[in-house]
Amino acid sequence: MIESLIESGSSYSGDIDFLFTLITVIVGIWFIISEVVLFYFLFRYRKRDGVKAEYLSGEKKSHKKWISIPHWLIIACDIVLIVGAVQVWHHIKQKMPPAEETIRIIAQQWAWTFVHPGKDGLLDTDDDITIVDELHLKENTTYHYELSSRDVLHCFSIPIFRLKQDTIPGRKISGWFRPTTTGVHDVQCAEMCGAGHGLMPAILTIHTEEEYAEWLENQTPNLDPDPLKNEQFRGKEIGELAAD
Amino acid sequence: MADTATKTEEAHSDHHDDHHHDQSFWSKYVFSTDHKVIGMQYMLTGVAMALIGGFMSYVFRMQLAFPDESVPFFGRVSSLEYNALVTNHGTIMIFWVAMPILIAAFGNFLIPLMCGCDDMVFPRINRLSYQVFLLSAVVLVISFFVPGGGFGGAWTAYPPLSANAEYSLTPMGSTLWILAVALEFVAFLMGGINFITTAMNARAKGMRMFDIPLVVWMIVIASILFMISVGPLIAGAIMLLLDQLVGTAFFNPFRGGDPILWQHLFWFFGHPEVYVVLLPALGIVGEIIPTFARKKFFGYKLALYTVFATGILSFVVWAHHQFIAGVDPRMVHLFTVTTLLISIPIAELCFLYIATLYGGSISFKTPMLWALAFVVEFLIGGVTGIHLGASGADIYMHDTYFVVAHFHYTFFPIAIIGFYAGITFWFPKWTGCMLNEFWGKVHFWLTIIPFNCIFIPLFILGMGGQHRRIYNHQHFSELATPEYQNLRIFATVSLIVMLLAQVIFFVNIILSLRKGKKAGKNPWKANTLEWTTESPPGHGNFKELPEVYRGPYEYSVPGRKEDYWPQDQKE
Repeated sequence: MIESLIESGSSYSGDIDFLFTLITVIVGIWFIISEVVLFYFLFRYRKRDGVKAEYLSGEKKSHKKWISIPHWLIIACDIVLIVGAVQVWHHIKQKMPPAEETIRIIAQQWAWTFVHPGKDGLLDTDDDITIVDELHLKENTTYHYELSSRDVLHCFSIPIFRLKQDTIPGRKISGWFRPTTTGVHDVQCAEMCGAGHGLMPAILTIHTEEEYAEWLENQTPNLDPDPLKNEQFRGKEIGELAAD
Repeated sequence: MADTATKTEEAHSDHHDDHHHDQSFWSKYVFSTDHKVIGMQYMLTGVAMALIGGFMSYVFRMQLAFPDESVPFFGRVSSLEYNALVTNHGTIMIFWVAMPILIAAFGNFLIPLMCGCDDMVFPRINRLSYQVFLLSAVVLVISFFVPGGGFGGAWTAYPPLSANAEYSLTPMGSTLWILAVALEFVAFLMGGINFITTAMNARAKGMRMFDIPLVVWMIVIASILFMISVGPLIAGAIMLLLDQLVGTAFFNPFRGGDPILWQHLFWFFGHPEVYVVLLPALGIVGEIIPTFARKKFFGYKLALYTVFATGILSFVVWAHHQFIAGVDPRMVHLFTVTTLLISIPIAELCFLYIATLYGGSISFKTPMLWALAFVVEFLIGGVTGIHLGASGADIYMHDTYFVVAHFHYTFFPIAIIGFYAGITFWFPKWTGCMLNEFWGKVHFWLTIIPFNCIFIPLFILGMGGQHRRIYNHQHFSELATPEYQNLRIFATVSLIVMLLAQVIFFVNIILSLRKGKKAGKNPWKANTLEWTTESPPGHGNFKELPEVYRGPYEYSVPGRKEDYWPQDQKE
């Protein structure tokens, strides 16, 4: 259902889409049955002259079964859903496949700083490439990310990957993704972070292997390994946003 | 039980006598200790706050549909103002509309009348509760107009954003906001004491535990849930206030604090809070459906047990709001399990309501339409909660418009449909006049249809990845498509239609008060005790305190000529 609205672009986005569809089908059946029964009762038992309502307490066993049978069926459905949810969660958030490259992501009011490993594929070396609000990735490469924040909570969100993770100041949070498509997409901030929260889009470009090598060739490595010291990486001006 | 009833009678006799002389306007309507007047004060304040909250939703929906254009009656919306609008819309609708109307207004009005006593057990605490509540509302409204504007850090107020003016840019707004919320909690703690004590100790002679009408039970359980859960949040609010004003660092990670601590304190309260407002609405609907279906409530005891189960479970689901907040990923499994389990008692409750209709003789008066709409719409809110409670799917759905649509499909039935169901049902008792049926139905349809037209598009937008609290989606290439923009405009236009339709309700109220048919004691032929006294009930409620002989839902009992059997009739 989701993939018809937004492209599925990571190795695990299909799992989330499937889980979403599974949930929709299961709860959808319950929903439709409930509403159909409700509207049928409303029609069938509408007030008619000379017809008196029945007297049922719902305390007898023969009546209770109409509640207790659905009760057990719902438990069965819940178990299916819990198993599905736990599997997907475990795959995406708990298990980390080995990384081919690692990206460092630093959030601040109101910008994203992305530290790409340079040609050597390692972070914290002289050829790291640091860019604000632009993330460049290779297709079919497993990435680990290291998330941190300079000030308040933000949320690193890439809809086509179906990925979200809050960033917390003072903590480094790790996770992974593996792009399976190419093209230009949105990175969002999905946690309220102040006046410029709506102005925190970053651009994600996923390249093929060759394009990525070409892109890398044209970049100037950032000689200062700590981008946060560098004033040019300050976010948008506070005054500009606060102005009426 | 007989003893308790007599004692209450004695305890109240002083208070009772004081008020038989003529009263001035002030002592009768402003400083009254009469539960009906206090209920009305809560109701009117809640409705006034709902108008403010509704206006806010109009302003920010206009900004979303027509970005950066001047909004009629407001002007251009800056991003800071947008944040303040969504934050305070949420805060107002939950703390200053749903809580005062559903718990305080209906609780105050109904508990003494339905339990057959003359007033609350602690009338002066009751009055103080309203006065503190009014103060909290005034503080909140003032916070919009201070330098820097109102607080804009979302109704969940996550620090460090909410704790530091440097980050939030609203130094006074955020302090007044948290102060207002804390005052509101104080007011409801006092109210809760009264609701629980009155229902437990001051019931009419002969009213056993399982003769208490559902709505009274629900308000009592809701008050208990509120009182248990609110403690941690009050502690959190004090820490947040100190962080803001004194510069402590409870939530500052760079100086030894932890921002996630606030989230746990907030949601430990925040999730039971959902049930705190849900239960009274369920109770109201639980009174209306048997009355208009002329049926005994199906499985009254089972309904109570499921509500107890829901209440207990609601304390162990809170971290499902924090799946992606950086909590231990293994802990998430626990909360997925508890969250999905809560679907069981809630589903059972819905089935009980539907089963009550079976074999009935259903007449579709306005209150019944609202009550049925509650069940129909709440089911949508309930089933879409599963998508969010399932941790794997929440990775994507978290903080999207899917969440917004989901909780509006729960809160709108609770706060708005629940309110209209209750007010149309008890209006004759409260005022002595009948509401106009025709205009009541017009108002119903012009509210329900636009409501669905507002929020169904939001489900689609949320599935497409549109996230919350963004003042202008045009900045995101994937969200700036014309199709999505059309959905936003459609939702906004539907909202305006729905807001305008509310005028019908107010006109109907005024005209019915002036020209409405006299209601008489029992216009709906209902069983509970409030229908056995005058409409409106005088001071002291009952000429003679009633005695109870049976449960509240003895409709269509075989062998009786009448299809109802009031609780106080011996034969």
